[in-house]
Amino acid sequence: MPRNATKPEVSSPASADGGAASMAEPMLPAPYRIQRQRREAHDTFTLDLAAADGGRPPRFAPGQFNMLYLFGVGEVAISISGNPGTPETLQHTTRAVGSVTKAMEKLRAGDVIGVRGPFGTHWPTDHARGKDVVFVAGGIGLAPLRPAMYEILRNRAHYNKAVLLYGTRTPSDILFKRELKQWGGNFDVDVYVTVDRATGTWRGNVGVVTQLIRRSPFDPGNCVAMICGPEVMMKYAVDEFRRRGVDSQDIFLSMERNMKCAIGFCGHCQWGPNFVCKDGPVFRHTDIEHLLNVWEI
Amino acid sequence: MHVLERAQFDTLLEALQQHGRQVIGPVRRDGVIGYEPVRSAGDLPVGWADEQEAGRYRLHHKDHGRLFDYTAGFHTWKRYLYPPTAVLWQASRDNGRLSFETPSETPPKFALLGVRACELHAIAIQDKVFLDGAHPDPAYAVRRNNAFIIAVNCGRAGGTCFCASMETGPRAQGGYDLALTEVAEDGRHYFTVEAGTKKGERLLDELELREAIEAERAAAAAAVEAAANQMGRQMPVDGLRELLAANPESPRWEAVAKRCLCCANCTMACPTCFCSTVHDSAAMTGETAKRERVWDSCFTMEFSYVHGGSVRKDASSRYRQWMTHKLSSWHDQFGSSGCVGCGRCITWCPVGIDITEEAWLLQEAHGGPTRTGE
Ligand SMILES: Cc1cc2nc3c(=O)[nH]c(=O)nc-3n(C[C@H](O)[C@H](O)[C@H](O)COP(=O)(O)OP(=O)(O)OC[C@H]3O[C@@H](n4cnc5c(N)ncnc54)[C@H](O)[C@@H]3O)c2cc1C
Ligand code: SF4
Ligand code: SF4
Ligand code: FES
Repeated sequence: MPRNATKPEVSSPASADGGAASMAEPMLPAPYRIQRQRREAHDTFTLDLAAADGGRPPRFAPGQFNMLYLFGVGEVAISISGNPGTPETLQHTTRAVGSVTKAMEKLRAGDVIGVRGPFGTHWPTDHARGKDVVFVAGGIGLAPLRPAMYEILRNRAHYNKAVLLYGTRTPSDILFKRELKQWGGNFDVDVYVTVDRATGTWRGNVGVVTQLIRRSPFDPGNCVAMICGPEVMMKYAVDEFRRRGVDSQDIFLSMERNMKCAIGFCGHCQWGPNFVCKDGPVFRHTDIEHLLNVWEI
Repeated sequence: MHVLERAQFDTLLEALQQHGRQVIGPVRRDGVIGYEPVRSAGDLPVGWADEQEAGRYRLHHKDHGRLFDYTAGFHTWKRYLYPPTAVLWQASRDNGRLSFETPSETPPKFALLGVRACELHAIAIQDKVFLDGAHPDPAYAVRRNNAFIIAVNCGRAGGTCFCASMETGPRAQGGYDLALTEVAEDGRHYFTVEAGTKKGERLLDELELREAIEAERAAAAAAVEAAANQMGRQMPVDGLRELLAANPESPRWEAVAKRCLCCANCTMACPTCFCSTVHDSAAMTGETAKRERVWDSCFTMEFSYVHGGSVRKDASSRYRQWMTHKLSSWHDQFGSSGCVGCGRCITWCPVGIDITEEAWLLQEAHGGPTRTGE
């Protein structure tokens, strides 16, 4: 008879009676007040938030996300888009696409929302030291990468080249325009922006962002790639990096899945054996290569 | 090992109740056995036995007067440790302030009576999900830590059981406070009782039961042995975890999807499935809102929804998620199988899809062991 090699173990929970009263409530949001609402593009806005009790927001690492709760409407996973060096203000940049995010778009300074987090894995800013750093962002995907960019600029000397390849649908969808200029100007970042469709006075690149990987200036043998955007875009980006000889170990991407709990027990974010909320959202390509091209997994 | 005579059975229930416990046990209702509050042995399905097959469940009355002559019920114990709906918190809004509060009522202290070996494993598996991570679930912890568990060893295998091949039964091997084995033969009707914890020992002391004699021990052991030998189904676990991980594109997924209705019965019936979703709502006055957690299933379209559409649109990818999670990725996530072989998903599938059959077909399609080859 076949036998199960790793059978479930039967065990009793550690404490005998009660004993759980002191456990933190991981599903309980904390109130945060909106300090400022800024429009980034026609459908995208940034909220600057401060803890309503005056405390400091918890520290976060670039790439981590929070669950933002809008009173009576619902909760959504949104990456932290602010500067890890100035943690007093929590920043989130959101694209209004559906019921919660569209209602959130209407909020103004003084309104209060619920926040839980931060959750998840982070961009490999340590692993990237001494190397070229190549960011590839599609659309709203620039928001989760921005904290990593801030961190690298704060320690600019520790990194070699910094390259940002950024694609949006049209010129009016480009986020953080002021920063893009600054990064390209003062901070020695090679910034390349491309749009799918040129409108107005646009004279820059036209075409998908993944094409920029082929001709951008980085050392494939000594670089780290950080990719965030629609899943298809990330797949093509990986292919381009691999074609240039970048090691699978040096490619990182941030995944998106439905999330209800963000702490590993609602099951919604499963992607093969991974819970995107706690094993991700940032994954090393080597670890998820086998899942990336599987249909509807 | 001690002996509890059938005639004394109510003393056990009374003792539990005196300790302030709400006893939950098997109860026959609407033609099925579920797990509900019981006050005395008379509330149990005395003399009833179940007949389970793929897509089929029937109860038959026998004259033997046994209290536990049926196997896995329609309900699972997770109903009490991880309720189907629970309020996570309430929010209130007042003058530009927002505050959150967890519900204050404390859940009853349960005594779960009649927990089968496979179900003990299922509880241990859910313990890993809810208690072992970086963020343990406090509501589960309270219910779980306060529960007193009385296992019952199976004296008969159900038609869809396959615990023996999962090494989860039919004998309870731990994870209980007390374990009973029912013996009704030669005009006698009694239970052998073993304690698995200090709590269990203390209750045994209170009941002042006598030690079992050798013949009683032997009769109890023989009853459980018989159940193991009756098991009609087997899970081909050899290499199954790896096979599932390696074959997300197997043609078997399309084949089973032709029959699967995506009704989610299997996941609702399963004692280990832990998935949930949340419902947010606001009171009409607009001053309070709440968030509820409810059981969910990977078989629904909404489960994998992200802006732009669901990730798993096709029944084949949803069935693949379910079966691969149970038998393969669960090992990666929690260090064990997510299936304990209780057979519920087989019994309660309206079209009788059988997870063991699907596993054999996958094995056969991808060069694994064959049913005839053993
Ligand atoms: C880790 C992570 C980080 C994210 N970071 C950002 C960010 O920085 N900025 C940003 O604009 N968006 C981000 N998103 C996407 C954002 O969560 C969704 O756009 C948002 O949930 C849509 O909710 P909705 O109610 O407005 O849309 P609806 O389409 O009405 O969605 C209904 C429900 O479906 C689920 N859902 C829908 N779309 C998504 C999605 N794309 N991902 C996960 N769940 C979804 C949610 O549970 C949502 O409440 C992130 C998602 C994840 C998983
Ligand atoms: S998958 Fe089926 S047999 Fe296995 S534990 Fe769940 S309901 Fe029982
Ligand atoms: S099989 Fe489906 S419903 Fe059950 S735990 Fe796994 S993902 Fe959740
Ligand atoms: S979001 Fe709930 S398990 Fe990941």
